[in-house]
Amino acid sequence: MEKFTKLSAIAVPLDRANVDTDAIIPKQFLKSIKRSGFGPNLFDEWRYLDHGEPGMDNSNRPLNPDFVLNQPRYQGAQILLARDNFGCGSSREHAPWALEDYGIRVIIAPSFADIFYNNCFKNGLLPIVLPEETVDDLFKLVEANEGLKLTVDLEQKTITADTGLKINFELDEFRRHCLLEGLDEIGLTLAHADEIRQYEEKQKKITPWLFNE
Amino acid sequence: MSAKTLYDKLWDSHEVRKNDDGTSLLYIDRQLIHEVTSPQAFEGLRLANRKPWRVSANLATPDHNVPTTNRAEGIADPISKIQVETLDKNCQDFGITEFKMNDIRQGIVHVIGPEQGATLPGMTLVCGDSHTSTHGAFGTLAFGVGTSEVEHVLATQCLIQKKSKNMLVRVDGQLKPGVTAKDIILAIIGTIGTAGGTGYAIEFAGEAIRSLSMEGRMTISNMAIEAGARAGMIAVDDTTIEYVKGKTYAPKDEQWEMAVQYWKNFHSDEGADFDKEVILDASCIEPQVTWGTSPEMTIAINEQIPDPNQESDPVKKEGMKAALKYMGLEAGKPINEVLVDVVFIGSCTNSRIEDMRAAAEIARGRKVADNVQQALVVPGSGLIKQQAEAEGLDEIFKEAGFEWREPGCSMCLAMNADRLEPGQRCASTSNRNFEGRQGQGGRTHLVSPAMAAAAAVAGHFIDASQLAATSGSDVSGSAV
Ligand code: SF4
Repeated sequence: MEKFTKLSAIAVPLDRANVDTDAIIPKQFLKSIKRSGFGPNLFDEWRYLDHGEPGMDNSNRPLNPDFVLNQPRYQGAQILLARDNFGCGSSREHAPWALEDYGIRVIIAPSFADIFYNNCFKNGLLPIVLPEETVDDLFKLVEANEGLKLTVDLEQKTITADTGLKINFELDEFRRHCLLEGLDEIGLTLAHADEIRQYEEKQKKITPWLFNE
Repeated sequence: MSAKTLYDKLWDSHEVRKNDDGTSLLYIDRQLIHEVTSPQAFEGLRLANRKPWRVSANLATPDHNVPTTNRAEGIADPISKIQVETLDKNCQDFGITEFKMNDIRQGIVHVIGPEQGATLPGMTLVCGDSHTSTHGAFGTLAFGVGTSEVEHVLATQCLIQKKSKNMLVRVDGQLKPGVTAKDIILAIIGTIGTAGGTGYAIEFAGEAIRSLSMEGRMTISNMAIEAGARAGMIAVDDTTIEYVKGKTYAPKDEQWEMAVQYWKNFHSDEGADFDKEVILDASCIEPQVTWGTSPEMTIAINEQIPDPNQESDPVKKEGMKAALKYMGLEAGKPINEVLVDVVFIGSCTNSRIEDMRAAAEIARGRKVADNVQQALVVPGSGLIKQQAEAEGLDEIFKEAGFEWREPGCSMCLAMNADRLEPGQRCASTSNRNFEGRQGQGGRTHLVSPAMAAAAAVAGHFIDASQLAATSGSDVSGSAV
């Protein structure tokens, strides 16, 4: 997994609550058996005017000029500003894959759906939860200042900008550690293989039916 | 020892170790696998040269992407075909039991787990699908995971998890006739909102929940995720044990006796502490129809579509306006005057035999209304299909003008050929009414199986019990 330490980038404001994972990456793209290549179809139904299907040449498709991701001032954005309950709906990890493939590394919102939030950390994405008013202020700040870059520093747990902005955010220590180091969680768990086996031996006596081969 | 909730007991009995940061390594007894969220997990195993920790803990079936017609001809869409074949190959390579597309035991993962006894009380169960909460009906800790976690469970039989908070949703009293489990869960979501359970594990309790069959209970816990809770559960009782008895993967003989003793402990202790409690009165719940693009946007069949201008919260108000626009509806219109184009009876929420029977009861001797272009019935598994056919339900449906299909997710998420056209309005027994869920531009109204069948024959939403009271024919037009 790619490490995350510090990032300075443009933030794109997506002003909708309850953005679900099917809006992030529509179901027709879930037929892929690969992990990469979902970026061009991120927010497909909002981003393009036609209907997208896997295998299309996305560079020729008509863009929806009203959709915020298509506006020239937000090109190259790596931070997504979002509203409540971002990432609700299906558990598809294709949603963080699509965000990551597009170039997004940080998502800031007042709340996230649980499964999506978890999935972000497995893919080097940093979801930041901030109070609703703070997120609202960030929307206003970003919209008022074209080209403004936000700096997200995971070591310091801060979001700063040239405007003098400084916000502190909280994050679970384990998750922060894994992101900073780019750690493989499976490897971490397998370091406890002996404990897992001990647990299984104990359980075989209590619930033997769960261990029938 | 202090009083514990059901969730506490499930959690504590599966904790392998506590980490310093407040997370735990949680043991997973069972993993269900389907074709959409697993290919990258198997690929990850291969790349890291890892093997499944305990092959027999896994059970697989293709469901999201399989056709519901002409199975003998295979899958027409080449991309879907590759995905299903990839599942077959992965299961074969790693030695995982799979019910393949043409196996009678194939079906929607959340239907076949309980049907086979692969879902058992007191266990932890995960699947790369958010509606894994379904299995919580058995007093099981069951939740949806992403593909990285599917791989993590394959490789280690464990997950690193942080414990959620405890929430109790109690539905007291008795339901009115004609009100079903689906109406209860929609009413709950309408009350607490789609984020009301975020960060919590919900236990559903109370007389109205206790009185439900296991199938009704599964409908309830299935939609816990639509209330934002990753897991929803219901305590073990005689109904649970009776249902599990004799299932293929259920324990037998002495192990059965031992298991029953063990399972009886899986309920919340008297006086156990919940972080949040919500209480509903069952007798106040009416048959529900969702009107918007989120399951919390639900009203009773005798109500009118709400007016965004009456909403004070600006974000909610905008959401309601956008939903009405997408749904092509006007505030103030009685929901029972809204015409439907398509009816879908199926999905892991409502595709079990009792759902089939409830819908057939309404369809019997009636005809699908002329304005309804398609009415689909998609049983949840091959075995349910077989059972329904043995009871003659397929004939009732076909006679009435419904299509009787092969099992799978079908129009619940429209990954296969079953989907809505832009603008089409559907009465659906599934669980999500998000924009585009059943096909781009499609408009979904969530209802119970009886209400869906009633909408099919009336051509518009109508209280199924009102319809049931009239005999056989000529009900369409009464409210239009
Ligand atoms: S039936 Fe629908 S909700 Fe259930 S697993 Fe299939 S796609 Fe998901």
